[in-house]
Amino acid sequence: MSAKNMLFSGFGGQGILFAGKFIAYKGLIEDKQVSWLPSYGPEMRGGTASCSVIVSDTPVGSPIVSNPDILVAMNLPSLDRFESKVRPGGMIFADSTLIERKVERDDVKVFYIPATRMASDEKLGNLANMIIVGKLLKETGDYTEDGIRAALDKVISAKRANMKDTNFKAIQMGADFGE
Amino acid sequence: MADKILMKGNEAIAAAAIKAGCMHYFGYPITPQTEIAAYMAKVMPKIGGTFLQAESEIAAINMVYGVASAGKRVMTSSSSPGVSLKGEGLSYLAGSDLPALIVNVQRGGPGLGGIQPSQSDYFQATRGGGHGDYHMIVLAPASVQEMAELTVKGFELADTYRMTAMILADGTMGQMMEPVSIDDLKVNPAPEKPWATTGTQLSREHNIVNSLSLVPEELEQLNFKRYERYQVIEENETRYEEYKVDDADIVIAAFGIAARVSKNAVDEARKLGIKVGLIRPITLWPFPKAPFKKAAEHAKAFISVELNMGQMIEDVQLAIESKRPVTLCNRAGGMIPDPDQVLSAIKEVNGGIA
Amino acid sequence: MAVYEKPHALIDVPLHYCPGCTHGIVHRLVAEVIDELGIEGKTIGIAPVGCSVMAYNYFNCDMIEAAHGRAPAVATGVKRADPENHIVFTYQGDGDLASIGMAETVHAAARNENITVIFINNAIYGMTGGQMAPTSLVGQVTQTSPYGRDPKACGYPIKVCEMLSELVGPEYLERVTVNNVKNIRNAKKAIKKAFQNQIDGKGFSLVEVVSSCPTNWGMTPKQALDWIESDMLPYYPLGVYKDRSAEEKEAE
Repeated sequence: MSAKNMLFSGFGGQGILFAGKFIAYKGLIEDKQVSWLPSYGPEMRGGTASCSVIVSDTPVGSPIVSNPDILVAMNLPSLDRFESKVRPGGMIFADSTLIERKVERDDVKVFYIPATRMASDEKLGNLANMIIVGKLLKETGDYTEDGIRAALDKVISAKRANMKDTNFKAIQMGADFGE
Repeated sequence: MADKILMKGNEAIAAAAIKAGCMHYFGYPITPQTEIAAYMAKVMPKIGGTFLQAESEIAAINMVYGVASAGKRVMTSSSSPGVSLKGEGLSYLAGSDLPALIVNVQRGGPGLGGIQPSQSDYFQATRGGGHGDYHMIVLAPASVQEMAELTVKGFELADTYRMTAMILADGTMGQMMEPVSIDDLKVNPAPEKPWATTGTQLSREHNIVNSLSLVPEELEQLNFKRYERYQVIEENETRYEEYKVDDADIVIAAFGIAARVSKNAVDEARKLGIKVGLIRPITLWPFPKAPFKKAAEHAKAFISVELNMGQMIEDVQLAIESKRPVTLCNRAGGMIPDPDQVLSAIKEVNGGIA
Repeated sequence: MAVYEKPHALIDVPLHYCPGCTHGIVHRLVAEVIDELGIEGKTIGIAPVGCSVMAYNYFNCDMIEAAHGRAPAVATGVKRADPENHIVFTYQGDGDLASIGMAETVHAAARNENITVIFINNAIYGMTGGQMAPTSLVGQVTQTSPYGRDPKACGYPIKVCEMLSELVGPEYLERVTVNNVKNIRNAKKAIKKAFQNQIDGKGFSLVEVVSSCPTNWGMTPKQALDWIESDMLPYYPLGVYKDRSAEEKEAE
């Protein structure tokens, strides 16, 4: 695939924008063309949050992802809103702790990860986002440890260096989930 | 080459401005450009510069007027409703021939409108924005890297021609992150400004920065002179990007985010065998008339893709002297056309000319 | 013995002001102060919109003409461009400072912006031919209050010094007048202090000069100076409304 069009969506505070930024940075480090575009406005102060991320071998045209190849839905409203938009053959990653229903479509690959529960069981605070990111990287064939470490260095400031290990652990957990 | 980093468009503008030697920023909070002010507030105190949150957009532009009078590189930024408030100051800056950089990260209007991306201030920007005969150099970036590069260019052009330059972006450009390299930006230092009001040091006649001229014969000459300068700018500073225009039957005109959406549509249409190309004006004033005129020799139709009710389309029609039909493909009020909509417009126009 | 001379900071050209207008006196006082403090070479003056719009032709220092009411914002920019080397003053009338530019005035004062403001209060719009000002007195007849200023319709005149004195920000606020020799001397003292404060880095200093406009008041110059005494000063009492450094010293 020469371009991955991704949409991350969930509640404000779930680290949606951060997860997208991490993926974009990882792409940048691996010499891909990338863009990251958040929804902005009053809703980012606590309501729903979403961001479009494109990682591509060729220059990114429109940064707006209306029909994602990959959807990360971390709550029910996000799945309700975006399920139908995913391209046939695409992937949906859903946080099954917070989303009780199943995806209705049968032309997409679906991964249910109880990420919020896993994060709380493992005392990983609010890193459900990175658990899902781990699964996403695994399933898209982009799980490269060096790339992950390097991207974490970019998105987590040196002052919070201890967070890098916990983020890495969360990503690993997500990648291993269901294996 | 320095490492590229991911930055929001708004932050890239702020970082590039500082790189360009701008040590003075005045602004007032308004979505979707507030990251510029936040960046300046963080960085300016550490480097001995000025960040000041003004009491209003009007005050901010007049503080800009003050620093510009004193000969230093200076900027302000806002979004559509705030830029209307700055209109008075823009006119005075033009009347006093002062260089400054103004950023408009547009949102939907009119009135308070919305906060989502728009290009509906095209007329306001390209026709000056305030009262009187004047222009600003209007630069329309289409990537975060260009947000940075055109910011630097804006300061340089403003200084060279003693006038305001405006970055006309939109909410998408301001909010999106893309790789950008600030360290690699090349900056020409500001030229000498012997006209600036920095104190006579009792060693020269006093300088006056002024836009008042009560003798109509004199004021007319000032206007003539200013427009002679504009002529030079039109000849030397017009910028645009062409994409697959050479053999195109249909040529799209689009700037900023609309150009990026259109590029996707061009690629899709080419796959279907439709010969379509794109001209992306980078300077909206001066408008790149020449490439449009040239394209009209072979293209049978034009499409103007805009995030407004059809503003740039008038400049396209003027540029091609209405020799070919120009169709509008647009969204408004904060909505953005998607590549499918543009592709549909291409197909429809193609059906009409086949 | 001192010989009476034109101040160096004032250019030797005829002023355009009407006979009996007190702008000439205040221009001279400002210029004398600039001379005495030896700051002409580093001073930048900001002219307003109003009768003194062309003040840039009269002062020998660098001058900027600002948009109506925006002089304190422009001054803020000039000052911040080089705080160590710029002495900045604005020269504004009542319409400019207290009506269209009130926000700029209040916020420059609130920030204690280190500038000097010379405020000419003559209770009328002079340049446009005698309309009601924010400082026009109750009952005062002007072109736009032909039956006298009616407070029911247009409220009461604004007392700028009193109003600004409620702010924590400003350093120094004083109201003076120039209707006789004694008052002119006091006015000069106040103006000098307002510039000295800036040199000392103390902050926002405003001197309100209660002034005359015989042309638009429909009076002779003499009547106008008398009207200052009989009608203006009772509503606009002279005095220091704020002097923070002095107050702090006293408190010690």
